Amino acid sequence: MDILNEFIEVAGDPGAYARRIRASGRSVIGCYCSYAPEEIIHAAGLHPIRLFGTRGDSGIAEKHLQAYCCSLVREALAESLAGGLDYLDGTVFPHTCDSIQRLSDIWRLNTSHGFFADVVLPVKLTSESARQYLIDVLKRFKRELESSFGLVITKEGLGSSIRTFNTIRSCLSEIYELKSRNPGILTGSELFSIVRASMVMDREELRGKLQALLRKLREDVPGREGRGRRLMLVGNACNHPDIYDLIERSGGQVVWDDLCTGTRWFSGMIREEGDPLASIAGRLFERQVCPSKHKSPTARGEHLLAQAREHGAQGVIFLYLKFCDPHSFDYPYLKACLDGAGIPSMLLEIEDRLPPQGQILTRIETFTQMLGPETRTAFTGASQTGREG
Amino acid sequence: MPQTNVEKKKKFRSAKRMREIMTEYYIEAKTADQTGKKVAWITSGGPVEPLIVMDVIPVYPENYGAMIGASHMGGDLCAKAEALGYSTDLCSYARADIACALEDGGPIGGLPKPDMLVCCNNICGTVMKWYEIQARLFNVPLFIFDTPFCHVGFADEARRYARTQIDEYIGFLEGVCKKKFDFDQGMEVGRLSLKGQRLWQEVLDAAAHRPSPMTAFDAFFFLALIVTLRGTDKVVDFYTGLLEEMKERVSQGISAVENERYRLLWDNLPVWYRLKWLSDTFASHGACLVADTYTTAWCGSMQYIDENDFIGSMAEAYTRIYLNIGVDEMAKTIFAMIDKYEVDGLVMHSNRSCKPYSFGQYDIMRMVREKKDIPCMMLESHMVDERSFSESQALTRIDAFMEVIRQRDS
Repeated sequence: MDILNEFIEVAGDPGAYARRIRASGRSVIGCYCSYAPEEIIHAAGLHPIRLFGTRGDSGIAEKHLQAYCCSLVREALAESLAGGLDYLDGTVFPHTCDSIQRLSDIWRLNTSHGFFADVVLPVKLTSESARQYLIDVLKRFKRELESSFGLVITKEGLGSSIRTFNTIRSCLSEIYELKSRNPGILTGSELFSIVRASMVMDREELRGKLQALLRKLREDVPGREGRGRRLMLVGNACNHPDIYDLIERSGGQVVWDDLCTGTRWFSGMIREEGDPLASIAGRLFERQVCPSKHKSPTARGEHLLAQAREHGAQGVIFLYLKFCDPHSFDYPYLKACLDGAGIPSMLLEIEDRLPPQGQILTRIETFTQMLGPETRTAFTGASQTGREG
Repeated sequence: MPQTNVEKKKKFRSAKRMREIMTEYYIEAKTADQTGKKVAWITSGGPVEPLIVMDVIPVYPENYGAMIGASHMGGDLCAKAEALGYSTDLCSYARADIACALEDGGPIGGLPKPDMLVCCNNICGTVMKWYEIQARLFNVPLFIFDTPFCHVGFADEARRYARTQIDEYIGFLEGVCKKKFDFDQGMEVGRLSLKGQRLWQEVLDAAAHRPSPMTAFDAFFFLALIVTLRGTDKVVDFYTGLLEEMKERVSQGISAVENERYRLLWDNLPVWYRLKWLSDTFASHGACLVADTYTTAWCGSMQYIDENDFIGSMAEAYTRIYLNIGVDEMAKTIFAMIDKYEVDGLVMHSNRSCKPYSFGQYDIMRMVREKKDIPCMMLESHMVDERSFSESQALTRIDAFMEVIRQRDS
């Protein structure tokens, strides 16, 4: 499928794509977080791009960050210091975890990518005052973009961006739903590439490509039920497409996720009426929560169980970057929620590289084989294969 | 072995009084269910004054964490938390407290159960996750005072948000305690809090004298009251007495470290289970750790407090504390301390338990070398998990560091 190959190509080399965008005269703004207000950047005529860091080589960051810092943060800094982000005209740091918070300081003091902004989001997403604060923070960010780049972000521009992003998010949601019902239509690593490319590509181009892909996938559905135990992947940012192949080789298939580079990034729609900044804030406030933000003490457990049931997950793999505090604190609770519902889970903690293939394959195989026989039929709802607790 | 006169002279009279106050405090907290008082668990940097106004007993899991560390119970409790699924890379205060709350282990037979939880994230994001865990365990109301991080400056919208939350906090307390908040008493508690902070700063200032009458290790010990009971008479009385003792020592020329030759600054939380060892090791080189960034944090944002409107101005003071600011802002505080205490070297504790305190230390170190031209060293540990500490490695580093300082001196 040609479109699919385009996604795979962009996902494989986001820097090359970003350089082409920049060569066309558009400024490129990078960020590391699913809470970045990309719609505002887009409405300014700038190009928002998600950054992933240089994989597996963060030596150059050792002068700034201790060894007990997660690989995402170390690799992010390493990529910048090594000159790999020469296509950037700016970076944006939404406030999330303690490590990213300090990365922002270190970044501001040691790198030069032009525009720089901290978007100090509220941590507590429960009160009206937090919502108002979030709106004010977005207003400030809009002003900072306007004054730095000498432009005006209009209400119409924001409205148009919101519609574009809504279409993108609804396309990605539908692709995920299709894959959940008919896991054979795409491999896990293909879906990974689609999402990753969506964080990189020009959003108008992306919208068209996603719509075209969806049309194709809808036609493809019959007879693509796929094989393997139905699994859900839960964790932070996933920078390891190989994991999907390993899971599939081990008799599993990922049918849903709760990842920073997955549903957490595209879940939730923005209201298209009313004040655009309030609407953008509204989505950030309501969307599936990252563990570095607070909704309620039980929000993440309830969400995980609901998703696992809805998508008939036979098991859950927690894929965590080592040294990720917010996720690690949630793990015992989330595992207990799954245990209570009779859904087995396993934890894979990875540093900058995946463990040796043989070792990780054995671990995943042991887990998937424990989950009972493979499902070979198309999945139409939780009642069919979901193991209700 | 009988104590020598020198050793006797070095002991602080106030230490006994402080132990008495802390014992009374924990007895009161542990018998709250009999006296009908409510107990709130609160983070170390949290706004405690409104709790004092409402006659709620504040209990600090972090202070308890320090006790666990000092009594060498951290490794065992952390291992219990790991068995529950908590990663060994997480904050050792949190791991130890989580294990204690479930098993009633630890010193003084565990903490009294909370009637409410008050979490202020001005020190880290860890406390938010930690208090979520305790909110699920105890099923009690949780208030989060969300203090926006101040990378550079304090934005207007952050000021409004923080200020509004003080009203929400008071509303929360009124709901849980089922009584009105007395704003007149709020003024009084605020006045006492500020007075306590000023006295604490003066106590720490005494170390600027050569030779220093106290070390940072003394400060780590005497810190407990300004953390737990600020806003009360007890704190004011106690630090008044401690300050007098400091002045006496200065006038009598009593030095905390015999033949003080070198003066050092400590960064980050203490290594709670190696206080004495570290103190003795540095003292063996004639080095006194005269000051630290940690204990200063409880009086470091006084300039934002309006004495005549404590409740109205506390939001800013709590938001702009030492840890809730950018790395370059922290470095400025360190520069000022290097000058004030005439410091010869900087000892940074790279604390695996505290990422917001530790990430950025390499950059601060570089700035200190450039701007202040003093040697810097780094020690790594988990602050209350003694399994993580290598004494021999630390000793090698300290010896090498002191050698550099000696060479520069000669």
